[in-house]
Amino acid sequence: MTWFRALFRSTVGLKWLMGTSGLVLSGFVVVHMFGNLQIYLGPDAINAYAESLRKMPLLLWAARIVLLAAFLLHVLSAVRITQLNRAARPTPYELWSPQVTTYAARTMFMGGVILAGFIVYHLAHFTFGLTHPDHFKLHDAKGRHDVYAMVVLGFRQPLVSLSYLLAMVPLLLHLQHGVSSFFQTFGLNHPRYNRIIRALGPIVSLIVFLGNCSIPLAVLAGLIPYPVVGK
Amino acid sequence: MILDGHVPAGPLEQKWDRHRNQLALVNPANKRKYHVIVVGTGLAGASAAATLAELGYQVSAFCFHDSPRRAHSIAAQGGINAAKNYQNDGDSVWRLFYDTIKGGDFRSREANVYRLAQVSVNIIDQCVAQGVPFAREYGGLLANRSFGGAQVSRTFYARGQTGQQLLLGAYSAMCRQIGLGQIKMYPRTEMLDLVVVEGHAKGIITRNLVTGEIQRHAADAVVLATGGYGNVFYLSTNAVNSNVTATYRAYKRGAFFANPCFTQIHPTCIPVTGEHQSKLTLMSESLRNDGRVWVPKKKGDSRPPEQIPEEERDYFLERMYPSYGNLAPRDIASRAAKRVCDEGRGVGPGGLGVYLDFSDAIRRLGIDVVRERYGNLFDMYREITDEDPYKVPMRIYPAVHYTMGGLWVDYNLMSNLPGLFVIGEANFSDHGANRLGASALMQGLADGYFILPYTIGDYFARSRRSRPDPDQPEFREAEERTLRGIERLLAINGKHPVDVFHRELGKLLWDNCGMSRSEASLRHALEEIPKIRERFWREARVTGGPEGINQALERAGRVADFLEFAELLCLDALERKESCGGHFREEFQTEDGEAKRDDENFCHVAAWEYRGENERPLRHVEPLRFEFVDLTTRSYK
Amino acid sequence: MRLTLRIWRQKDANSPGGFVTYVKDHVVPDMSFLEMLDALNREIVERGEEPVAFESDCREGICGSCSLVINGIPHGPGRGKASCQLYMRHFRDGDTITVEPFRAKPFPVLRDLIVDRSAFDRIMQAGGFISVNTGGAPEANTIPVPKQDQEMAMDAAACIGCGACVAACKNASAMLFVAAKVSHLGLLPQGQPERYRRVRNMVAQMDQEGFGGCTNTFECEAVCPKQISVRFIARLNRDYFRATLLEP
Repeated sequence: MTWFRALFRSTVGLKWLMGTSGLVLSGFVVVHMFGNLQIYLGPDAINAYAESLRKMPLLLWAARIVLLAAFLLHVLSAVRITQLNRAARPTPYELWSPQVTTYAARTMFMGGVILAGFIVYHLAHFTFGLTHPDHFKLHDAKGRHDVYAMVVLGFRQPLVSLSYLLAMVPLLLHLQHGVSSFFQTFGLNHPRYNRIIRALGPIVSLIVFLGNCSIPLAVLAGLIPYPVVGK
Repeated sequence: MILDGHVPAGPLEQKWDRHRNQLALVNPANKRKYHVIVVGTGLAGASAAATLAELGYQVSAFCFHDSPRRAHSIAAQGGINAAKNYQNDGDSVWRLFYDTIKGGDFRSREANVYRLAQVSVNIIDQCVAQGVPFAREYGGLLANRSFGGAQVSRTFYARGQTGQQLLLGAYSAMCRQIGLGQIKMYPRTEMLDLVVVEGHAKGIITRNLVTGEIQRHAADAVVLATGGYGNVFYLSTNAVNSNVTATYRAYKRGAFFANPCFTQIHPTCIPVTGEHQSKLTLMSESLRNDGRVWVPKKKGDSRPPEQIPEEERDYFLERMYPSYGNLAPRDIASRAAKRVCDEGRGVGPGGLGVYLDFSDAIRRLGIDVVRERYGNLFDMYREITDEDPYKVPMRIYPAVHYTMGGLWVDYNLMSNLPGLFVIGEANFSDHGANRLGASALMQGLADGYFILPYTIGDYFARSRRSRPDPDQPEFREAEERTLRGIERLLAINGKHPVDVFHRELGKLLWDNCGMSRSEASLRHALEEIPKIRERFWREARVTGGPEGINQALERAGRVADFLEFAELLCLDALERKESCGGHFREEFQTEDGEAKRDDENFCHVAAWEYRGENERPLRHVEPLRFEFVDLTTRSYK
Repeated sequence: MRLTLRIWRQKDANSPGGFVTYVKDHVVPDMSFLEMLDALNREIVERGEEPVAFESDCREGICGSCSLVINGIPHGPGRGKASCQLYMRHFRDGDTITVEPFRAKPFPVLRDLIVDRSAFDRIMQAGGFISVNTGGAPEANTIPVPKQDQEMAMDAAACIGCGACVAACKNASAMLFVAAKVSHLGLLPQGQPERYRRVRNMVAQMDQEGFGGCTNTFECEAVCPKQISVRFIARLNRDYFRATLLEP
């Protein structure tokens, strides 16, 4: 593990750890969003999807462990690098007029903190069923865990939906800077491809933002019905 | 006194090799016992410090900048000459030697210049190995460009930043030795005096520019690589902090100052815009490769340049010097520009400027090629003047750029004070009365990498002196003298900042001892300089105290030295009753206004000995013997 | 023009500093920013006060001495120039201009607007060189260097070591400076033998000096007087990864 220590000790290495874990996490976020969008296909589709994941416990737990490790690594390196960065400028400027630094790039750490809080809430809501235990216990006609019902009932409460929608803003910003940043951190920068690379962050983050936001909004607008009639 | 340059005997091309074989050596184990002080970290100083450290000497290097990388060598734009003959255009060591000695109007030593041309080829090898990114052809081999005063293409370059790249090469070599502990670096430290023990230079007194602390440093030898004194003119292309203090104070301790009147005026600088100006910006001589210099034929023609038809333009360099054209040497081109401006044909505000026009080049090569070659210079010009040189011709005017004079050294680069070595622009040795373009970088690096490291060992091996103790009376006296000097400056109870006097001195020199000089103008200057000096010591104001960072104090000391040194410069100009190279005496010119040398009476180096305050310095002479070339009249027609 | 200048004054490294306001008249558009400060200093000295200390030398944008943060931008408004190349024609009559020193822990203020940038020298000493002794170099044309490699090396080598990259970065990171040097030497065949050792040592020294980390904001590139590309930072990242994980 000397290479890990070496990486963790240098600012460049920390960026590698940050980037690698960030890549895993944002990959998950994208896959997760597409999984969630199956809710538009009706209860059968999304409940079947959830059931199929449960039937592969090895894969599921492996993924969970990888995600947890990536999350911890991401947080750990973020805390460390932020410490170092803040220590590097003890006296702030009276006047600082950044020319190209985006709002997203400036707020990575605070945005990250909000997201971490949101993730805890999100897990408590949908994974552990702590916030709405009554929604969590439902089963559909085929005896499967009724994810569809859980989501729709949850998002019907305006406050719950609002918290999800608000949390998507830091996620948008975080991915906007983060996704394009992987490439730079991993050493992929070439004038020929830079336009694509630099556009990728905004594009991916916007897709995730719109996809995720659409679900609570659709629920509130009554576009995703429950109970499903006419079946 | 007749000075001896200790030029070795033998055929020209064998002198250096034979001499090297006869130089005494210091064995590797003993080298670490010798301590060398190197003052200045430009091309000469950095290359010398690095090379001496590589050899095993203990080196202390000093610079007044915050980092050795900031020395003014960094600003050299155009290139560095070397007799590689990569272009197969007939270049050779002999030709580089001959161009250089002729370019210097036969006022330098044959043997020195030949050696310079010989080692020029090693410099390129060394720099490439260090990672200097010289321009290359598509095939991957090194590219060359032409430069003033030569008919072959022998100039190596790294865009318009050759000096920067060469200095960073030498600086990186130095960094390596600092990291290895072979060099102890003293940045932000200014040398204020030289310590001479029993006739040998054995140390320096410095001021730490951050704390103000005065320190004594003892060594076995002192190397001065402190550059030129062009800023005596106040406005020059030199960096604003470049100064004469180190060499002038060595002069006051007994080192002879040679040919101070040989100053170079560079033809292609951006003209002065106003009183506020702190320095002049050079536009690289390489621009003259593609730019054409012209003025209107008609006096006082105030039409904008694009409205002046071709037949009403006077491409005066091409007209006067058809074989070299726009690439005539600097002194010649500068005087020609002055002449047309004196005739009332100058352009721009005040009529002090000539056009440097790229419209032909843009037509011939396309704007992209011109941008690739000179883009950074064009941008620089536009930023300063707010004019676009891609559209309107540049306006240029000559400005002080380089000083060929400097402390006198023999063939070993040692001054008349044993143990004091002087290298680079700070010495007088290789450029005679005029330096050719791309030769300063060559000389600085030749001295530092390939000459001094050999010759300094000979001094150590032969002199066998022990290093003095910095507590010796000589050191204490020098320190006290330095402290008194600082107190004296701080005690002036006037009102004006020192720049006021510096600017006044500069204008006086430019008008009376600049591009052309006469007995009358020089006598006038010699009368006026003491008056300015006297007013300086009465009316100047040096704020702050001796401790801590005090830029006012730093400047005051330098200006005080310029005010004394200027007199020496004018005196030398007055005594040299001939015209040669950059030294143009109006009384001595040919019918068509070219410099007229007097080889009978002035084929020598004038080296001045300090004899005390208010005493006239003594003029010594080192005759120049030309065994291998004929003293011809320089012609670039 | 008449300008109001708010300038950071600080007696020495250990004293607290603060802004002092000066009014400067008779500013002409052809003056450089530093010449305007010279003129201000002359007035200050005439009043018997100590002039504003700031660094400059070549005044043509190549030595890297000047180091002002002007209205919150290192080297002031406009791309690709050092403080000394900024001309007053970019300001308007009546403007208020704030002038601060570069701020970073590894760049302590020594006085007024002068900071200590010797950290850069120490990074260079850690590996910013090719280890060749004078005299041992092979003939210069022995190794051809592809023109595009040389051009790119030159793009990186153009760095003037002013430290604006550090000053502009929200993290006070020195990555652009280090990357420029690592890339300059790493792109040339002469620099290959020490390529990975160099990047390891220079990054270690950079971290030891207390510079922050790069978070890819690219502010450094925007203020760099030589417009050095952040592409070189990507290169450094690549070389560093290889140096840490693959090289012995």
